[in-house]
Amino acid sequence: MRVGEIVTAGFLALLSIYLMWKSAELPIGYISGTGPGGGAWPFWLSAIMLISCGCIAFNWWRGTSPASQSDEPVLDSHGWRSLIFVGGGIIGFVALVSVISMYGAIAVFLFYYTWFLGRHSLLLSLSMALITPVALFFFFEGAMRITMPTGMSFTDPVFNFLYDIIY
Amino acid sequence: MEVLSLLGDGMILSLQPLNLMMILIGVTVGLFIGAMPGLGSVNGVAILLPVTFLVPPGSAIIFLAAIYYGAMYGGAVSSITLGIPGASTAVATTFDGRPLAKKGRASLALVTAALASFVGGTIANVLFTLFAPLLASVALSFGPPEVFALMLLAFATFVGLGGDDIPKTVFSICLGLVLGAVGFDQISGAPRLVLFDYNGFLQGIGFLVLAIGVYGIGEMLWTIDQTRGDVTATTPKMTVKGMASDTKEAAKKGWKGTMIGSFLGFFVGILPAAGATPGSLMSYGVAKMVSRKPDEFGKGSVDGVAAPEAANNSASTGSMLPMLTLGIPGSPTTAILLGGMVIWGLVPGPRLFVDEQEFVWGLIGSFYISNVAALLINLAFIPVFIWMLRMPFTILAPMIFVLSIVGGFAATRDMFDIWLMVGFGLGAFFLRKFDYPLAPAVLAIVLGPIAEPTLRQSLLLSSGDPSIFFTRPVAGPITIVALILIFLPAIKMLRRMRNKSKKPA
Repeated sequence: MRVGEIVTAGFLALLSIYLMWKSAELPIGYISGTGPGGGAWPFWLSAIMLISCGCIAFNWWRGTSPASQSDEPVLDSHGWRSLIFVGGGIIGFVALVSVISMYGAIAVFLFYYTWFLGRHSLLLSLSMALITPVALFFFFEGAMRITMPTGMSFTDPVFNFLYDIIY
Repeated sequence: MEVLSLLGDGMILSLQPLNLMMILIGVTVGLFIGAMPGLGSVNGVAILLPVTFLVPPGSAIIFLAAIYYGAMYGGAVSSITLGIPGASTAVATTFDGRPLAKKGRASLALVTAALASFVGGTIANVLFTLFAPLLASVALSFGPPEVFALMLLAFATFVGLGGDDIPKTVFSICLGLVLGAVGFDQISGAPRLVLFDYNGFLQGIGFLVLAIGVYGIGEMLWTIDQTRGDVTATTPKMTVKGMASDTKEAAKKGWKGTMIGSFLGFFVGILPAAGATPGSLMSYGVAKMVSRKPDEFGKGSVDGVAAPEAANNSASTGSMLPMLTLGIPGSPTTAILLGGMVIWGLVPGPRLFVDEQEFVWGLIGSFYISNVAALLINLAFIPVFIWMLRMPFTILAPMIFVLSIVGGFAATRDMFDIWLMVGFGLGAFFLRKFDYPLAPAVLAIVLGPIAEPTLRQSLLLSSGDPSIFFTRPVAGPITIVALILIFLPAIKMLRRMRNKSKKPA
C-alpha cells in the first residue's frame, strides 16, 4: 500500500500537469473587458490539484496516512482475480453492446455472473438472463420510449418482432 | 385570511376525482421513475408531457407536479437500497443511507427519507403559500457574486465531508470541478479540455457518468474486494411494528436534519439556476457541522439521511416559485413545466396569480395533497424495496451493474459515456483503496457549471477586483463564512500537530 500510495500521487500529479497544459490552450489570465480567460478556471483548479498531490506526497513521507503505514499489497491474489473476473466481465458486457445489442449483452452478462461467478443453478441463471432483458426492453422501449443500441444487423429479426408488439 | 380561503378552494379543486386520480398516478409513476438509476423527475415530466394534452391545463400541471414529487421521494430509494444516486439531488442521501442499509437498517433509512421528505415538502408548501411574491423578489436580488458565494459555501461544506485527509479532499473537489469544465467554454464557446483530442469529450462529462461510474461500478468492485466476495447478507425485516418503531426512531434522531434541510433547501431551491442539488448537499454539510455526533456522519447517521431528503423535496417546491411568479425556472424539471404551461396558453409571471387564480391555487393545493399521497404510497412500497435487499449478493451485484449501464445509457444515449463510466468506475476503485473521498468530486461536477460562469461574470462586473465577494451585503457574509469553513480543518490540523509536538515523548 505504501508504494501504491506514492505511485498514485505521482500519477495524479502527472494528470494535473496534463490538465494544466490542456487548459492553457485557452487564455488563463484576466483579459481586460472580457474577464477571466476560458482556460483560467480549469488551469488554476488543476494547479491546486498539483499542490494537493505535493501535500499528499509530503504526508506519505511523514507516514501520517493509513496507506503510507501499511506494508500490505494493494491487491492480493483474490483481489486481482475478482477485479479481472468482475471488471473484465463489465468491460466485456459493454463491448458486446455494439455486437449483440444492449439487451443481448445484458443476457450474456447476467448469465456469466450468476452462473459462472455466483455459482447459482442453471435454471435460475437462465431465467434471470432471459426475463431481465425482456422486462427492461418493455420498460425502456415501450413505456419510456428510450431506444437502446440494437447491435449488428443479424439481431434485426428479433427486434422487428419485439417492436411489432409495442408499436 | 384571503390566502387561506384561496388555498381551501385550491385544495377542494385538487380533490376533484380527475385531479385526485392524476395525483395518485403521477406520484406512483414518479416514485418508480425516480427509483430507477439514471432516470429522474426530468425524464418523467418530459416523457409524460404529451399525455397531459388529453386533460385540462389545471389537471395537467397537477399530474406533472405529482410526478416531480414522486420522483423526489423515489430518488432516495436507489441511493439507499443500491447505493447509486439516481439523480444529483439524491447524492447526499447515499452518504448515510447506504451505510444504514449495509447495517441492516434499510427500513429505518427509507422511513427517515419518506418522513423527512414529507416534512420538507410541507414546510416548503407553507412558505410557498404565505410568502410567494416576497420570496420571489428576494431570489431575484441574487446576482452572480451572491450565487458564486453560495457555491463557495457549498464547496466549503465539501471539505468537511471529505474526512481528515484535507489534501485528498481538495484534490477530489478540484478534479470534479475540472471534469465539469470539459467540453466547451460556456462564455466564449471555444472547445476546452478536449482530452487526448478525442471528439467524444466535446459534449462534456455529465454528472451521471461520473456518479454511476463511482457508485454503481467503483463502489461495487470495492465491496467485492473488501468482503472477498462473501458479502454478509443483511436480512432486513419489515413488519408493521418494526415500521412504527423506525418511524419513532426517525422522528427522534432525524428532526434536526429535517428542519435544517426543510428551510435551507427551500431557500436554495427558489434561487434561479441553483435547485435541489446544492440545497441537499449544503443541508447535509450544515447538519453535520451542527451535529453533536459529527463522526457518525458517513457511517449511517439518521440526520445524514433526513437533511438532504428534506432539502431536496423542499427545494423542488421552492423551485416552482420563481417559475410561477417570475417565469424563471429554478431547475431543469421546472423548465419543462414552464414549457408545458406556455403550450397550454398560460403566461407565467406576476400576472398569473391575478389572471389565473383558480389554476395557481389548484396547483398549490395539489402540492399539499401530493405530499400526503407521496408519503403514503412511498411507505406502502417500502416492503418491496426492502425485499430487493434480501436477494443474494451474487444476484444483486450483476443487477446493479446492469442497471448502472442501462440507466447511464438511457440518460446520455451515447456509448462513449458508457466507456467513460466504466473507466471512472475502475479509477474510483483504486482511488478508494487509497482513501480518496470521491463524493466531493461527484458533487463538484454538478456545481462547477454553476460556479464558473458566476465567478467570471462577477469578476467582469468588478473589472477583476475580487473584493466584490466581500463588499456586497449578501455575498460578503456568505463568502466570509465559506472561507472560515474552508480554513477551519487546516487550522484544526495545525493545532493538533503543534499539540503533538509539545507533548513529551
